[in-house]
Amino acid sequence: MGRPPAVAPSFSSRNPLIPAQAGIQYDVCVSSRFRPWIPRLRGDERLIGTAPKAKSQPAMLPPVFGVLFDGIAYGMLLFVLSVGLSVTLGLMNFVNLAHCAFAMVGGYVTVLLMRDMGWPFFATLPLAFLVAAAASIVFERVLYRRLYQRSDLDQVLLTIGIAFVSVAAAAWFFGTQQQPVQLPEYLRGSFHIAGLDIAPYRLFLIAVGAAITLLLVGAIEFTRFGAQVRAAVDNQRMARGLGINVDRTFAITFALGSGLAGLGGALAIDIVGLDPNFAFTYLIYVLIVVSVGGLGSIAGSLAAAILIGVSDIAGKYYVPQLGSFLIYLVMLAVLMWRPAGLLGKR
Amino acid sequence: MKRALLTATTLLAGTLAATMLPAAGHAAGTVKIGLVMPFSGQFAELTNQMYRGIKVYMKEHGDMVAGKTIELIRKDVGGINPPTAKRLAQELVVRDKVDILAGWLLTPNAIAGCGVSKAAKKFMVIMNAATSIITDKSPYCTRTSFTLPMITVTLGQWAAKNGIKNDYTMTSDYAPGHDAEQGFIHGFKAGGGKILGSVRMAVKNPDFSAYVQRAKDLNPKSIFVFIPGGSQPAAFGKALAERGMSAQQIKVLGTQELADDAAIKSMGKDSVGIITAGNYNYNRDSAMNKKFVAEFRKMSGGENPNFGAVGGYDGMHLIYAALKKTKGKTGAAALIAAAKGMKWQSPRGPMMIDPKTRDVVQTIYISKVEDKGGKHVNVVIDKVPNVHDPVHAGKMK
Repeated sequence: MGRPPAVAPSFSSRNPLIPAQAGIQYDVCVSSRFRPWIPRLRGDERLIGTAPKAKSQPAMLPPVFGVLFDGIAYGMLLFVLSVGLSVTLGLMNFVNLAHCAFAMVGGYVTVLLMRDMGWPFFATLPLAFLVAAAASIVFERVLYRRLYQRSDLDQVLLTIGIAFVSVAAAAWFFGTQQQPVQLPEYLRGSFHIAGLDIAPYRLFLIAVGAAITLLLVGAIEFTRFGAQVRAAVDNQRMARGLGINVDRTFAITFALGSGLAGLGGALAIDIVGLDPNFAFTYLIYVLIVVSVGGLGSIAGSLAAAILIGVSDIAGKYYVPQLGSFLIYLVMLAVLMWRPAGLLGKR
Repeated sequence: MKRALLTATTLLAGTLAATMLPAAGHAAGTVKIGLVMPFSGQFAELTNQMYRGIKVYMKEHGDMVAGKTIELIRKDVGGINPPTAKRLAQELVVRDKVDILAGWLLTPNAIAGCGVSKAAKKFMVIMNAATSIITDKSPYCTRTSFTLPMITVTLGQWAAKNGIKNDYTMTSDYAPGHDAEQGFIHGFKAGGGKILGSVRMAVKNPDFSAYVQRAKDLNPKSIFVFIPGGSQPAAFGKALAERGMSAQQIKVLGTQELADDAAIKSMGKDSVGIITAGNYNYNRDSAMNKKFVAEFRKMSGGENPNFGAVGGYDGMHLIYAALKKTKGKTGAAALIAAAKGMKWQSPRGPMMIDPKTRDVVQTIYISKVEDKGGKHVNVVIDKVPNVHDPVHAGKMK
């Protein structure tokens, strides 16, 4: 395979503008039936959307496992992108629509380090986390903290404004083009197990998602810092009274969430690319995950991300006519059933 | 107090500028060209390509034509937004008094612009926007880019002629995607090919693995792909590679967006073997093209031109050449009459404006990504000269 189709390049015709000299008559004018495109070719529509028939081969897992694997990997990516927002929204009651702008910061850090400094992909990931976290601390100290006690609308206006500014700033500094990354060879392509195509990069995403979940749950539930965060959220005055530095706790929590977004942005480039619009492209998905999962719940975010990821992939595989609409139906159903989200408390 | 003073000053300055601007505009010997393009948002990159193409032409040929100075007025429409496009076009005509409307880039905006062009009798040059019918909407409208059926019907015929027997089509589920799908199927079937199946994919779609798996279940020897440019081509190529359906394993056919520079860079070796059809390939071997690419790279900081850039470049050429013919007169009827049947050599090769349909006639290139010593280059492997828009051609009969 991989041979080019047998074609002799035909650069002979001297003046291809004169039809008589054009070697092949490519005047594709056909009957007038050609005009109404859609009705004429309606016969093919039965092909569109027929359920795919898997080739029956021995000792093979059915395609549903492949769908699950891809869906979970995609869900993990959504989880890493959105868990930070779940934390800030749920624990600090702050509506940060610029969350994906911090994810974009992480993405650009990875791209710049790999392209201009020749760093390996893995080495850039911690920096993507750190730079996004550092940037968010600046914003938190300078802008966000002024609005902690203000209405949701004020917070939305400020943060959506920041997101717009970030898009323009990214276009100004890095240009509007796509920023490609080249992953190391061992993360590319795929290998086969029992008839499934397993992409190493997706496996890696699942591992990262699992590790982050464990770390976060451990940090919030079992450490002194986690206890301070929970205390500060439950009753700020009381926490202050007990000598907890609430400002600092919030700043660190916020930085942690934004850092995770930055990491997610870096991890997402290979699957979805990176351009200045990243700050908005993923905002919808992230908000869906947060609302379906329930505010402030890490396990909820994880469950929601996997649910959305799997239903998105499954929908596209089994009922492509629905397109990517299925996730909205899922969101609707979940929120009708549990208005506070899967594991939300309020 | 201070703020009030500031506001007053700003207002005053604004009024002054406003009163002075038209005076400058009426200065004898200026031709104003209004560009309505999405300078911001999702399509900003293609807009930049086109705008740089325009600037390269003006740099090479100066801003004087037939004794008149060319002045560009840019308007940002921000994306697919026909009402805004219409309003901006009206403002350009009424307030800025432009002589020519140009740019566009997106079909819905261009159709909205055609309404203004027709009503205000303004010459209109579409430098990109790929639906066939646009040029029918205004008698003063012409096009220097391409129509999608032009490319996909040609690719379908070429594929059938070059040993591809069956094909699965994967297209984005929106109007251009449907056109591309139907065009390819039409051309491919006309050449004797067989369509195994088709899938229409969500337009805003970050992950293609599910669709590719669907295709793989049918085990096609070849697939045809149409997806919007930007982040999707690379994502699609990677999904193919993950499924063992890369261009080395099966034949992957697509429109030129699939093999643009960013996509090839991001796909790496998975891009090798992808076959695309388009009206421009910056690797095409011609002295004029080499010069254009060099100039463009200088202006863009190393980025290579694509179909958008050449659409802008040739659009400016058409405007310059038409103005020369009319000796600087800017009446829409005179300009469109001058444009009809115009032939010229472009960096993309020979091209012509069809005197009947006012649409572009040009060579469609078939290109293939090849590995040249570790570098992945999109090389022209075949060409189909003198392609008319199939829809318009069909209507003529």
